Amino acid sequence: MSETAPAGKYFGKTVERKEDPELITGDAGYVDDLEEPGMCHIAILRSQHGHAKINDIDTSRAEEVEGVIDVLTAEDFEAAALPTPGHIPVIWHFTDFEIPEAFWKRVIVGDRARYQGESIAVVIAEDRYTAYNARDQIHVDYEPLDAVVSPFDAMEADAPTLHDEAPDNVVFDWEEGDAEATDEQFEAADHTFSVELPSQRILPTSIETRGALATYSGSSGKLELQMTSQNPHLHRSLLSRVLDYPEHKIQVVAPDVGGGFGSKIYHYADEAITAWLAMYLERPVKWIAPRSEASQTDAHGRGLAQEGELAIDDDGTVRAVRVTGHVDLGAYVSCLLPALPTDEYWGVLSGPYDLNAAHCRIRGVLTNAAPVDAYRGANLTDATHLLERLMKTAATELGIDPVEIRRRNFISADEFPFETVTGMLYDSGDYEPALDRALEMVDYEALRGRQAKLREEGRYLGIGVASFIEMSGLGPSAICGMLGAQSGYWENSTIRVHPSGTVTAFCGTSGHGQGHETTFAQIVADKLGVPYDDVEVVEGDTDQIAHGQGTYASRSGPVGGGAVARGADKVVEKGRKIAAHQLEVQLEDIDFEDGAFAVTGAPDRSMTIQEIAAEAYLGHDLPDEMEPGLEETSFYDPENLTFPFGTHIAVVEIDPATGELEFVRYVGVDDCGEQINPQIVEGQVQGGVAQGIGQARSEAAVYDDRGNIRTATLLDYGLPKTNTVPELELDSTVTPSPHNPIGVKGVGEAGTLAAPPAVVNAVVDALEPFGIDHVNMPVTDEVIWTAIQESETGPGGES
Amino acid sequence: MRREDVSLTVNGNEHEISIEPSRLLVHTLRGELGYTGTNIGCESGVCGACTVLMDGKPVKSCTLLTMQADGAEIETVEGLKTNGELHPIQEGFSQEHGLQCGYCTPGMMMTAVDLLKQNPDPTREEIRDGLEGNLCRCTGYQNIVNAVESAAEKMHSGGSHE
Ligand code: FES
Ligand code: FES
Repeated sequence: MSETAPAGKYFGKTVERKEDPELITGDAGYVDDLEEPGMCHIAILRSQHGHAKINDIDTSRAEEVEGVIDVLTAEDFEAAALPTPGHIPVIWHFTDFEIPEAFWKRVIVGDRARYQGESIAVVIAEDRYTAYNARDQIHVDYEPLDAVVSPFDAMEADAPTLHDEAPDNVVFDWEEGDAEATDEQFEAADHTFSVELPSQRILPTSIETRGALATYSGSSGKLELQMTSQNPHLHRSLLSRVLDYPEHKIQVVAPDVGGGFGSKIYHYADEAITAWLAMYLERPVKWIAPRSEASQTDAHGRGLAQEGELAIDDDGTVRAVRVTGHVDLGAYVSCLLPALPTDEYWGVLSGPYDLNAAHCRIRGVLTNAAPVDAYRGANLTDATHLLERLMKTAATELGIDPVEIRRRNFISADEFPFETVTGMLYDSGDYEPALDRALEMVDYEALRGRQAKLREEGRYLGIGVASFIEMSGLGPSAICGMLGAQSGYWENSTIRVHPSGTVTAFCGTSGHGQGHETTFAQIVADKLGVPYDDVEVVEGDTDQIAHGQGTYASRSGPVGGGAVARGADKVVEKGRKIAAHQLEVQLEDIDFEDGAFAVTGAPDRSMTIQEIAAEAYLGHDLPDEMEPGLEETSFYDPENLTFPFGTHIAVVEIDPATGELEFVRYVGVDDCGEQINPQIVEGQVQGGVAQGIGQARSEAAVYDDRGNIRTATLLDYGLPKTNTVPELELDSTVTPSPHNPIGVKGVGEAGTLAAPPAVVNAVVDALEPFGIDHVNMPVTDEVIWTAIQESETGPGGES
Repeated sequence: MRREDVSLTVNGNEHEISIEPSRLLVHTLRGELGYTGTNIGCESGVCGACTVLMDGKPVKSCTLLTMQADGAEIETVEGLKTNGELHPIQEGFSQEHGLQCGYCTPGMMMTAVDLLKQNPDPTREEIRDGLEGNLCRCTGYQNIVNAVESAAEKMHSGGSHE
């Protein structure tokens, strides 16, 4: 169980967010709000073609534009005295295969562009307007090459080759699980069902685009990069490698960051170019991505085409799952990509169910599109979608209620910790109460009755159920290392009690909307027994915070929160020693409660933590050999991953004449273990569900055959809006995680996992009378209308 | 480079500036005048992050040239707080957790201020329709609707703001 009982004065409560005052007044400082004296601006010229040879780049007219400082191409970067920025490293390899440098993203290209948006030249000007105007004056002599945008087409014998190192465009062919045992299960099963899910790409689309402001001092050699980052320390180390510049001379700062959803984890060409130019010019340089460029260059999410099969018996007992997948890598292999459609995806491929066997084979295929990498929920979403679509298909075919079929296969509460067929050790779980609560909220039985009645009237209600498992709290380092990670997955936190007794927590995580300043302060305030207002949380600056791994994969709560809790515990332990010394009793005779160290049985002999802090810094009367000061650091490496879970139910009604979908209800019950702040937890689920509904209904990054992105602006890309996201009815159960000191599991991605299968299953459920058993995402009204038109029974339905 | 003289009143402060005719209002507000509370998310009139009030009406300041605002009264997020007191809409957003990263929030709040001016007692559906032109990627919108509802209530019960 958790090391301490988490419920406290602040822990578990909704408190006012510390982040809000500056965000609601306009006082926030996002990257584009920042300025430096002498700052200049850049505009990056990007390939207009999905695939093209570059014969010549003529920058002469751009150079003549008034206000232009310089125009550089790959050739100029190479000719400069500074080292040319190199490839952007892949930082997660496979255990038996390192992704060769040939497939790593390049910072700037001069010979050949492999996707639309790849950097070709850069204009530096006194202001942004001039930079962009001049950029339009650059003439590039392209020789368009055949492009390929589907991973399946890319594997055809006559497909264009992207990199000579992979003549068939296949970078990896990865397998996991017991193929033989899985085959046996499939042979023994009464039934098998399959679904095919194509590779929909998602644009992460934080409303703030990426940007960077670099400054460099020639005399000290200090390079500072203020940038839209989810993990400044990782960006510092990647930048150090890309620029071949020592890490200790680089400071990366994430000021206020306007959302990330994964896209601000990775290192891209643009920030490296900005930093390199600041050194080259010895002038501050700012780069901000216009939206259309963000759509071309930010790592896209998903891109995994799956073919899945389920082996199941008459009574609904699932035996095994088998998958073949093709991941559309884009033109290069992005930083963390190798981990996502493989180990991460595989990790939750058995979902909340107790299976006998599983097997999975994934091929990583190059295409002329932007590289893909993690986006909220990463490929866990694909595993969940596949499994939940299979469960729905099996339920319908076998005539078992979709709820019942899940119930029969759930891992039961007394089986935890549970080792899955995919080799994961699920920490804790109790899946039925979450399911039951969701059923109760939606009044499932009555709803089924209503569905039957409405069908008789020619109205089509659909009820979609999705149960899920999320894999959160990325760590522990050793396990990640075994799977190919090139960095640690611990988290770092330093808790500094100031001489006055107020506290600063320096955290290696880097929040960008998740409310860390609030939640971490709640943990610290409780642990130290100090007022919430006396705690300040500092994140996002590599000079202020010694180490960190950043914020993604729902790791900040379990791992970051664990580090904060551990650091605070260490502070209390040091305080206890000082108190015992000054109150002249044994260490074990000191009780610490509510911010006071008191002698057991003599509560009037006590010192507050504020008094202890003052003594710690005074240093006049400390135990022998104790160093002054009251500050402790924890490098917390979690014991294992955490596995949040839940069940979401979408209820929709479809108008068969038009294909229009209307949400009737959306109910979700999540269990993310202990909740530091219920309002923030619910906010995370709401945001995640909206993104999941986006993927289900309207979002897809689309390329044409030549590799032109057709969804580069927000006009063409279907982000959810206020009136396309329904009212969400959410609740939770609480099953603490034993894998970290505060019992939390992480919740940032739950909604993105649950919503797509809940919505798609609801659509399929509604369309059952038309003989429709599957629809692909995004399930737009048009997709629904077309499916009805092409169905056996046509728009008239059964009648 | 050709420049034009433009006068703008922003949150009650008068500004006389000389500006390139091509400069968008949002860039002038942020870059020349330092009202960086107004954000940019798309520069194409879709996301609403740059929404400000111009002569009392919400406009997406990335869709206007600065010159088109010559002589206008502009209100930005920086002007919501008056005499050190938060506007009910600001209180609503904070209390109802209507923001996460906060990037869309200034534009969202400016639209909401106008919405409540037009319709002091909106239904949830009316709020959703009224904010349709403002995108938020973080919150899932529900708490934003709650925020506007709670601001409406506050303003009814005789808050200091109209
Ligand atoms: S920045 Fe103006 S509407 Fe998006
Ligand atoms: S709060 Fe982040 S975009 Fe709205």
